[in-house]
Amino acid sequence: MKDRNHLAQVKTINRVNIIENGIIDIPMLQILDENGALVDEATIPEISKEVALKIYDTMEYIRVLDDRMIAAQRQGRISFYLASTGEEAAAVASAAALGDDDLIMSQYREQGALAYRGYTTDQFMNQMFSNKADPNKGRQMPIHYGDKALNFMTISSPLGTQIPQASGYAYGQKMAGKDAITICYFGEGAASEGDFHAGLNMAAVLNCPVIFFCRNNGYAISTPSEEQFAGDGIASRGLGYGVKTIRVDGNDPLAVYGATQEARKIAITQKCPVLIEAMTYRLAAHSTSDDPTGYRSKDEEDKWRAKDPIVRLAKWLDSKGWFDEAKNKQKVEQARLDVLASMKKCEKTDICDVDEIVTDVYHELPWHLKEQLDGLKQHIKKYPEKYPKTSGRVK
Amino acid sequence: MAKMNLLQAINNALITAMTENEKVMTFGEDVGHFGGVFRATSHLQEKFGKGRCFNTPLTEQGIIGFANGLAAQGSVPVAEIQFGDYIFPAFDQIVNETAKWRYRSGGQFDVGSLTIRTPYGGGIAGGLYHSQSPEAFFAHCPGLKIVVPRDPYQAKGLLLASIRDKDPVLFMEPKRLYRASVADVPEEDYELPLGKADLVQQGSDITLLGWGAQIEVLQKAAEMALNDGVSCEIIDLRSILPWDAHTVAASVMKTGRLLINHEAPQTGGFASEIAATIQDKCFLYLEAPIARVCGLDTPYPLAHEKEYMPDETKTYEAIKRTLHY
Repeated sequence: MKDRNHLAQVKTINRVNIIENGIIDIPMLQILDENGALVDEATIPEISKEVALKIYDTMEYIRVLDDRMIAAQRQGRISFYLASTGEEAAAVASAAALGDDDLIMSQYREQGALAYRGYTTDQFMNQMFSNKADPNKGRQMPIHYGDKALNFMTISSPLGTQIPQASGYAYGQKMAGKDAITICYFGEGAASEGDFHAGLNMAAVLNCPVIFFCRNNGYAISTPSEEQFAGDGIASRGLGYGVKTIRVDGNDPLAVYGATQEARKIAITQKCPVLIEAMTYRLAAHSTSDDPTGYRSKDEEDKWRAKDPIVRLAKWLDSKGWFDEAKNKQKVEQARLDVLASMKKCEKTDICDVDEIVTDVYHELPWHLKEQLDGLKQHIKKYPEKYPKTSGRVK
Repeated sequence: MAKMNLLQAINNALITAMTENEKVMTFGEDVGHFGGVFRATSHLQEKFGKGRCFNTPLTEQGIIGFANGLAAQGSVPVAEIQFGDYIFPAFDQIVNETAKWRYRSGGQFDVGSLTIRTPYGGGIAGGLYHSQSPEAFFAHCPGLKIVVPRDPYQAKGLLLASIRDKDPVLFMEPKRLYRASVADVPEEDYELPLGKADLVQQGSDITLLGWGAQIEVLQKAAEMALNDGVSCEIIDLRSILPWDAHTVAASVMKTGRLLINHEAPQTGGFASEIAATIQDKCFLYLEAPIARVCGLDTPYPLAHEKEYMPDETKTYEAIKRTLHY
């Protein structure tokens, strides 16, 4: 790292030379081309058959889960959903390159990373049905997962807030001598928030072992990336803050895996942040509250549909003799059945007792919340039909 | 007259303001071509061009900082913050800049032309971060005006007045009413006064005070109370800052009782300020303590949303308690 603190070390020039954006073109790592064939002279990352197949199976699973849950939202069974269709490789293959002790701080489109960690279908359902089996106690909207046992920090809706938090968490890991890092996911839209700039700068200055993983998927709800920033994507900003940076093809699972593997190695051995910008495309609507037909063309979507990361990895697995198509079909069908069965079960599970409305605001329940809870319970007993989800269990 | 829902009334007010004054500009996240996530700015870009209605990058502090600069220059910005829950990155710009601009420059400079529009409130299964009612944070900030409409007619008239007002206005839109119903709204230009409460229903036994979507709740509770022979007066405060203590005090002197309802948590909520002022102005007229029916002192929960809300049955029970004190 150059020392920029002392003016004497800055090179001088003798005429006005305004530096223009675009002088450095940041290239994109690609190992599998859009047809799933190895790029000429590409270095394949160290990856076992087991990991490659797990990445593949997880991507297929997430696509099934996303399809089913969008349908469930349309049927009115859940209030909201947010799919990651077309960009599964970014979350899944990056999570595959992490250690189990590494903390994941995600935005809200990284269900693939969570599934790779081992989050079960029932866990997904319990959160989405806001029931009492979810350890987050049904307080947030669907898709705001979180699981302490899996080192996956509970998601918060406000955008970009996790970015400086990841720097702080990683600094704590370093100070505690842990052999672990933090990975922080966010989109290119969230990178416009002030928290992004604060978080990267602090991580660089304080040498935090954190991977900033940006899914540049082209859209923030309706806003295309060209209305989001004028510079060379998000990667160029990493360099500006003195953060080691790589741009990868986000729809190439091997490139994502290889880049994250290397970034983790650097973060842990050199105790510093690394920024990964994964170039991908949000084939899904922003959420079930959104309809993209109002702001982009089907042609554009079709171009990206052809770059499907699942198809790409299947071809490579097949070339290695690792892919069993019949078995895969069976697995996908089984995933569908599992999701449906789990949904049926978990949607019938009660929400938390009303007592939980006041817990976790503080470590211990203060007097005024006790009073408010008592008053609320008396009221519910008087009007049980008004509060059907909890009144039967109020004592 | 035309039939409009609250969103259409907002859209109509923006069209009216932008047509009348070419300095009026609307912007925010997804506000441009898409027309905003709730479609409050639909077709404005088509009508007025990309220069006057546009998308911004996803940065609330940037949006309000930019709007402050634009207002200082003499333009008339109407900035949208997509959800009230996401206004906090802009808190510094609003509290330290917007609200203090005129005062710190001795009146040389101001950002009085700024209007910040933001949807607020619960009842839409939005959980922690799509349900909050943050008015009290801003009510503690001298220099701002805070306005909340309760229906489409109020929305158009109050928004037009806010855009043209000489002070910066935080205009909070009750999003659960956005498409809830339609009402008659004049197609022509009109304004409703800022800083003035509105008498919604006359009554003699108790004054029910609220704003925004909670006016409906007060009306339902008043109907329940009427079955017991209790006559409720209902007042829509409309402006949180500055607020119309005069109208409220006159009503309380008549009824002798006051109930205040808001969705935001009770502690430090704006009801506290109203209660303190009214007990000061009306001490000898009060027959019972001033009642507050508010959200619980917790974050806004999803699964327990119904239990959290200060609904009509909670309000009705509080009316009875106040009457029988």
